[in-house]
Amino acid sequence: MFDVAIIGAGAVGAFVARDLSRYRINVVLIDKELEVSEGTTKANSAIIHAGYDCVPGTLKAKLNVQGNKMFDRICDELDVPFKRIGSLVIALSKEQLDIINELYERGRANGVPGLEVIGRERLKELEPNVNEDATGALYAKTAGIISPYELALACAENAVTNGVTLKLDTEVKDIEIKKGGFIIKTSREDIETRYIVNATGLFADVINRMLKGDEFSINPRKGEYCLFDKNDGHLVNHVLFQVPTPRGKGVLVTPTVHGNLLIGPNSVNVDIKEDVSTTGNGLEYIVNCARKTMNKFSMRDVITSFAGLRASTSGGDFIINVPVQGAVNAAAIDSPGLSSSPAISEMVVQMLKEQGLKLIEKDYYNPVRKRQIRFADMSDSEREKAIEKNPLYGRVICRCETVTEGEIVDAIKRPAGARTVDGVKRRLRAGMGRCQGGFCMPKVVEILSRELGIPYMDIVKDKKGGYLFTGRIKDNYTKGDGDANA
Amino acid sequence: MHRDLVIIGGGPAGLAAAIKAREEGIDDILVIERDIELGGILKQCIHNGFGLHIFGEQLTGPEYAQKFIDKLLELGIEYKCDTMVLNITDNKKVTAVNTKDGVIEIQAKAIILSMGCRERPRGALNIPGSRPAGIFTAGTAQRFVNMEGYKIGEKIVILGSGDIGLIMARRLTLEGSQVKMVLEIMPYSSGLKRNIMQCLDDFGIPLLLNHTVVKIHGKERVGGVTIAKVDANRKPIPETFRYVECDTLLLSVGLIPENELSKNAGIVLDKVTGGPRVNESMETSVEGIFACGNVVQVHDLVDNVTKESYLAGLGAAKYIKGTAGNGGREIETYGRNGVRYVVPQKIRLDDMGDEVNLFLRVDNIYKDVYLSVSDGGKTIYKVKKRIVAPGEMESVRLKKDSILNMENDKLFVELIR
Ligand SMILES: Cc1cc2nc3c(=O)[nH]c(=O)nc-3n(C[C@H](O)[C@H](O)[C@H](O)COP(=O)(O)OP(=O)(O)OC[C@H]3O[C@@H](n4cnc5c(N)ncnc54)[C@H](O)[C@@H]3O)c2cc1C
Ligand SMILES: Cc1cc2nc3c(=O)[nH]c(=O)nc-3n(C[C@H](O)[C@H](O)[C@H](O)COP(=O)(O)OP(=O)(O)OC[C@H]3O[C@@H](n4cnc5c(N)ncnc54)[C@H](O)[C@@H]3O)c2cc1C
Repeated sequence: MFDVAIIGAGAVGAFVARDLSRYRINVVLIDKELEVSEGTTKANSAIIHAGYDCVPGTLKAKLNVQGNKMFDRICDELDVPFKRIGSLVIALSKEQLDIINELYERGRANGVPGLEVIGRERLKELEPNVNEDATGALYAKTAGIISPYELALACAENAVTNGVTLKLDTEVKDIEIKKGGFIIKTSREDIETRYIVNATGLFADVINRMLKGDEFSINPRKGEYCLFDKNDGHLVNHVLFQVPTPRGKGVLVTPTVHGNLLIGPNSVNVDIKEDVSTTGNGLEYIVNCARKTMNKFSMRDVITSFAGLRASTSGGDFIINVPVQGAVNAAAIDSPGLSSSPAISEMVVQMLKEQGLKLIEKDYYNPVRKRQIRFADMSDSEREKAIEKNPLYGRVICRCETVTEGEIVDAIKRPAGARTVDGVKRRLRAGMGRCQGGFCMPKVVEILSRELGIPYMDIVKDKKGGYLFTGRIKDNYTKGDGDANA
Repeated sequence: MHRDLVIIGGGPAGLAAAIKAREEGIDDILVIERDIELGGILKQCIHNGFGLHIFGEQLTGPEYAQKFIDKLLELGIEYKCDTMVLNITDNKKVTAVNTKDGVIEIQAKAIILSMGCRERPRGALNIPGSRPAGIFTAGTAQRFVNMEGYKIGEKIVILGSGDIGLIMARRLTLEGSQVKMVLEIMPYSSGLKRNIMQCLDDFGIPLLLNHTVVKIHGKERVGGVTIAKVDANRKPIPETFRYVECDTLLLSVGLIPENELSKNAGIVLDKVTGGPRVNESMETSVEGIFACGNVVQVHDLVDNVTKESYLAGLGAAKYIKGTAGNGGREIETYGRNGVRYVVPQKIRLDDMGDEVNLFLRVDNIYKDVYLSVSDGGKTIYKVKKRIVAPGEMESVRLKKDSILNMENDKLFVELIR
């Protein structure tokens, strides 16, 4: 019997798990996918917004501004890449300048610190490559960029280290509401718990229905992106927004924490909650829009394109409520959900407490989690020492991003460790470079197979069913080490 | 650590360069290879067709490579496998790493770059759609099938008709997969004619020119692709969109010389080839650093790689011994009127032998043209070509005498009707 079951291991669920791991209770974090952070959290703009464009008085406004302030400490504790590079909303006309002034006022109402409206000259100093027609900008120094999937992974890892049970590949199918608790029916087993947190992103309406809460529906809204080679990352210094329209924040141009350039997203309603495909029109649209902000990128440098789905709802605000005694919904967490996630988590924990969950601190809780060592970031003498300790740090597997076998083995063995080819990629960037895994993928498959003790045939790219191989070439083929089939 | 010559990459280019340098009297050579064995990309090319020009016989890739590996061993040339070069500097300091020695620093007198090339990934094409498993580049697929022994799919669509794509069409067919079609966005294939015949025609695999993939479908694994015909501007024509069911998409959409290391050393790269600009001795813009093989330009034939690499080995040996000429008169080469590029980009008359080989590629298919070399006015060389195509590298051999009395220091290689 668990005290709390958190359904959904995205940014929100992972934060709740981490926050609850501080207390002497039994917590389980459940997700249907093979890895943490497989939902919206892995595909978004990765911006920690300052909080000026949320409507004053909404949960979004409050939690975004609160959340933003928490990121320095959290990323310090969890050793997650985060850079407060600031954002600029760029006006390309007189009318747009007016909207920028409105945003400024709104930001002040929301309590956003350090906002400034700047003129053309200053903008040019900050962003030499920006469109010639830019007349001014709203400068928000507190905006930042982050690695969202690394954030969720770090939270989950830290939670597991502090005693939380992680159940992946476990889909919640139904929930039985009992006196004093719940029985969660999953694709694997029944899980009994006293409390439930619903952090299932796009599927929060489905789980809410199981919990018999007041009906709402989550409508997926797609956003598409192009990611460019690190050659283009230096073209801009801040997160560059366009003046927002009723449909959203417009297409942005930003460096990523890893030094690539990212452009996107658009905003299109879709029917299917799993449809993260990109479209020709969508990609063309974002490229054309982005060019209005900054024109110096080359389409030859695109290394991949992707899409994410916002969990939007008609009300427009986050839905954080109690569907039934003992449960808390963290639903409709669309943008700025990532920025708000630590504050959402605090709120959820508070709501659990109000419903009777007893929270007594553990004496052994450790908020600190160290990121894996990165060979690419080491000095030669550090490398020398690392290889002395573990020779596998001397074998480079991914050439584009200089990732070694030692790091990949570590990534698999850590708490909440890697299980899939993309899991290794998101943790270490192996296969995220300019060749997108052409050389290292066969090696990564080999290492996964060896370390997990599973045959090649069972290795997947990302999702269950995302198998890489359809058979053996020769049935009598045998291979030496590294192949569990041999 | 000090070495006279460090060679980066133990593929056919690096091996041939090492052998030549040793034959020219350089004893202190180290070949560094990232993979666990020598041979480069040839190890996974188990089809035959290698070595026709150099050995006069049809060898498989591994057989061709083995001849050079044997020679290397016979000559006692030192090599380190499973060792990755991380950095080189313009004063020829090489930093490498492996599991046994840790971080190695080597001061070299000369360096030869022979790192080969890498494949262009899906992102470079920006094909819309989902991102399921089952999308492979042809080279990666080749490794899985030929070296690891795994089948990568049952129903396969191949995008790109370069040689690797063509060879894999045949290979996958022989292993029991169904290759439904090969798509090529250009009006012509970029592969060798003989490969189109032997790999597609012989197996009844259709080649659809002026066609591309406009969308990838599938959630976990590829379920199909939408293909389309393209217009003269290579834009897909909506009326021709067609769904093709498949579980695998193989991309064979071009190779890019692998020059991250070269960039760090400040070596000037050619915008068209993507490789270093080199002179007649395959020396780059940084004195004492030479380059050969696919790192310079993507070759169709390994025989050309070998020849080019002998030049680099010879050039490096002369450089180390101090017997290189002083350069003397320098001539720059240019491609124009249908010629996309020319390698080498520079010829130093004092250092060239009796003749120089110019390698070039054209930008389209042309029939009944003259391939001409001139100094802008006077024609130095002219040959009639029944057909030239981007997929087949052309070469021109120029005698020293013919260049000596050129009017200026520019050499133009072009097509004339
Ligand atoms: C295009 C786009 C751009 C965005 N940009 C930003 C931005 O720049 N800044 C920002 O702050 N926010 C941004 N967001 C919003 C942000 O990404 C989300 O708010 C945040 O990731 C939501 O996290 P989550 O944990 O609620 O959901 P998710 O990450 O989707 O996690 C939900 C999890 O629940 C699991 N799950 C679902 N159903 C079940 C079930 N039945 N059983 C078990 N598990 C289940 C899923 O597998 C998933 O892992 C953006 C969103 C999009 C789409
Ligand atoms: C599928 C395919 C089919 C072909 N078919 C034919 C054919 O039928 N006939 C024919 O004549 N030619 C053919 N070729 C062409 C020919 O084989 C190649 O052009 C030739 O192998 C290139 O040689 P290379 O040494 O330049 O590159 P590679 O063989 O790629 O060797 C480069 C080596 O450098 C190593 N390296 C790279 N970076 C580093 C680093 N930082 N540190 C250490 N080592 C490093 C790599 O691991 C690799 O071993 C084919 C090529 C392919 C890919």
